[in-house]
Amino acid sequence: MLESGDRIPILKLGHLLLVTIQVDMHDRMALALQDDLTKKIVDTGARGVLIDISGLELVDSFIGRMLSDIAAMARVLDARTVVVGMRPAVAITLVELGLALPGVQTALTVERGMALLPAPGEFGGDARPEDEGPDA
Amino acid sequence: MRALTPEPHALDSDEDVVRARHVIRALAVDAGLRLIDQTKLVTAVSELARNTVIHGGGGRMLAEVLENGTRTGVCVTFEDEGPGIPDLEMALSQGFTTGEGLGLGFGGARRLVHDFDVTSAPGEGTRVRIVTWR
Repeated sequence: MLESGDRIPILKLGHLLLVTIQVDMHDRMALALQDDLTKKIVDTGARGVLIDISGLELVDSFIGRMLSDIAAMARVLDARTVVVGMRPAVAITLVELGLALPGVQTALTVERGMALLPAPGEFGGDARPEDEGPDA
Repeated sequence: MRALTPEPHALDSDEDVVRARHVIRALAVDAGLRLIDQTKLVTAVSELARNTVIHGGGGRMLAEVLENGTRTGVCVTFEDEGPGIPDLEMALSQGFTTGEGLGLGFGGARRLVHDFDVTSAPGEGTRVRIVTWR
């Protein structure tokens, strides 16, 4: 089991979920984030997931796979995923590693990433404010 | 040739893999590697350290700065006493996996560093040595 301090927080903003990865995750942490996010998408009916990886100094095959899996699971649950803030050295390394993050939409900045996700108005009555959890 | 006596770092858990990344990042910075080479090296270390934990059943990492004439490099060695690799060529090919990963780790790590040597035989464990030069 993971201590709560070992979990990546997921913030809910309207119909979006925001994740900022600021620590060097070990593999179980990455898997926990994947599970937590999938559950949160279902619980909140979120339509978009924004993952900020500007704090990550590396993305190896395990974290790359986590990002691809999150995007795939979110898609099945009718939510779009955008990964933002990848550092240039990380991008070069990923490509040389042979990892092109299939199925993952990326954007350079949070602002541009937000623009790729559905606007709140598109879902008007579908928002579920009653689902605001203690961690929102 | 050797600037540092390598001290072994245990590789037995997920947390050890993260520690290995930090140790090598610090060494790469000290050795004056460019940011892009630091990132490639640390990513290769992450892949190989994970392999040691998962496929090798645990092992150790040794790290040192090499001085070779005018060249400076960071050398990292991974050792385990696990089952070994029966077919190296296949293990290094893109997309080959015996586990749950993408099969990019081993072959990918080779592309991220300048020198890459593997010694392995069934039942005799695995030793991987990588070097990134400045």
